[in-house]
Amino acid sequence: MNGRSRLTIPLVIVGLYVLLAVFAPLLSPDDPNAVALARRLLPPQAHHLMGTDALGRDVLSRVMYGTRVSLLVAAAAVVVAGVAGVALGMVAGWRGGWLGAVVMRIVDVVLSVPFFLLAVLVVAVLGPSLVNVVVCLAIVRWPRYARVAYSTTLQTRGRGFVRAATATGASGGWILARHVLPEVLPVAIVVGTLEFGLMVVYEASLSFLGLGVQPPTASWGSILSDGQQYIATAWWLATFPGLALFVLVLAVNLLGDAARDRLDPAKRATVTRRRFLRRPRTAEAPA
Amino acid sequence: MTAVIPRRRLAALPATPRYIAGRAGQALLALFGVVTIVFFALRLSGDPARLLVPEGATAADIARVRDRLGLNDSLWHQYTTFLGNAVHGNLGYSYVQNRPATDLLAERLPYTANLAVAALVLSLLFGVTVGTVTALRRGRWQERVLMPIVLAGQAMPAFWTGLLLVLVFSVGLRWLPSTGYDGPLSLLLPSVTLAALSAAAIARVTRAAMLEQLAQDYVRTARAKGAGTWRLVTRHLARNTAIPVLTVAALELANLLGGAVVTEVIFAWPGLGQLTVQSVEARDFPVVQAIVLLASAVYVVVNLATDLLYGVIDRRVAAGGGSA
Repeated sequence: MNGRSRLTIPLVIVGLYVLLAVFAPLLSPDDPNAVALARRLLPPQAHHLMGTDALGRDVLSRVMYGTRVSLLVAAAAVVVAGVAGVALGMVAGWRGGWLGAVVMRIVDVVLSVPFFLLAVLVVAVLGPSLVNVVVCLAIVRWPRYARVAYSTTLQTRGRGFVRAATATGASGGWILARHVLPEVLPVAIVVGTLEFGLMVVYEASLSFLGLGVQPPTASWGSILSDGQQYIATAWWLATFPGLALFVLVLAVNLLGDAARDRLDPAKRATVTRRRFLRRPRTAEAPA
Repeated sequence: MTAVIPRRRLAALPATPRYIAGRAGQALLALFGVVTIVFFALRLSGDPARLLVPEGATAADIARVRDRLGLNDSLWHQYTTFLGNAVHGNLGYSYVQNRPATDLLAERLPYTANLAVAALVLSLLFGVTVGTVTALRRGRWQERVLMPIVLAGQAMPAFWTGLLLVLVFSVGLRWLPSTGYDGPLSLLLPSVTLAALSAAAIARVTRAAMLEQLAQDYVRTARAKGAGTWRLVTRHLARNTAIPVLTVAALELANLLGGAVVTEVIFAWPGLGQLTVQSVEARDFPVVQAIVLLASAVYVVVNLATDLLYGVIDRRVAAGGGSA
């Protein structure tokens, strides 16, 4: 793929998902929660392109509504974790001392528990619900942003424009917002894009285990969980929601890779904001 | 990168006892933090006594159960008792099964370890091979065929891979058992499921490291001296690309050991992941604590071991120089 289509194709796909989520009530052929036992476990056919589930609900409609849950949870998780992580990381990097040490030790602690185990634990503590899944994912993932914000702030702190701002008497908060944040933000956005796909997968995994969004709300993970139960008789339950998830995650990952390639290789922290926003002329970054 | 390290500086090995002790100290501190946070978080999560008593039990019954489990003591008292016992290797008794939590773990660990090691071997074989081939044959058909597979592998969540494998090989072809553990054949599907994600990650890291090394001068020198591709890869590139690959593989191993939760549930694999879900649902505090402690310990130890291995693989790291 050439440079431009590397960005546009995944963007179009993600855009379609967003449209699907927003207009699910208009686009879906059926009420996602309409139970009709007379038509239970029908294979895919003209009226039900993805078949029906054990309660006779139209799977296509449920997959469409499931897009809402996936995108909403993943976006909220990325924003909450990103804002919290960037803020804590920047303050830790700027102030240093005991505050920085404490924050970065907490980061170490959170990162030394395998992610998914921690996620299961946090949801179990909070109780399963849409909001709690977001909170849980934010708790598990903020250290990722805190680390990059911390190191970028440390590197920026000693640079000329920051020292100049300090010399003119600017306050710490002002310098962080005006001078350090523009350096941190591109890196955080790349991390966030790469994290988004992971958040979609985590939400689905939690729902798959019954720890996510609760029935009857449609979620890809919970449909797949039904798919496991009826795997010997209803193959469509185990395939279509997974396919929807797979295509979305693939598109988001490609976006994340493209974004990262603009910042990399290896010199992320020194890349300025302008270079991130305006693509360099060379077709491909040197390996 | 190519700077010659003076021999004298080899004295500054990071693998000195002092360095190891420092790293081990940090690791212990992290574990202590994990245990403490998990302990208090669990106690906020709900009353296990309510789940243990039969339906229709009176308040007095619940109180008796709470008393027996020591849940009526002050939190601080519970915490210090727990820490004191943990130091002696006693992680408490399962509320549900009335057996030491360590026994339950010891029972499940071999299954999970089996699965994790099988998955790691598979993913290293596939990942390193694919990463090397796509780097060496950049722009050729090999890359064009293999890279989409790697990208797809990275976007496949474990539970979907698992379900598809079951659909094809157990339901469709009836070749392999779908769930439970009977014999080595039942290891195949879950380990392939787990390996898929790790293999993609390892392939990408291997490829990136290979591409970086292929641009180095020593590669051209070796080529000029008549080294074939095989010799170039095994003699020159393997050692120089080992560190990033090893780092990712170590992280994957730690995650596999602690986090094969979904895969184990799909395949009804009697390992730690399944025990985790069961114990969390039953509010079986001692077992959950023990699992988290074990998983984090594995994570921390694997990371520490990887750090120390760096110096063995690449002497420049041991010398505290170089840019690897």
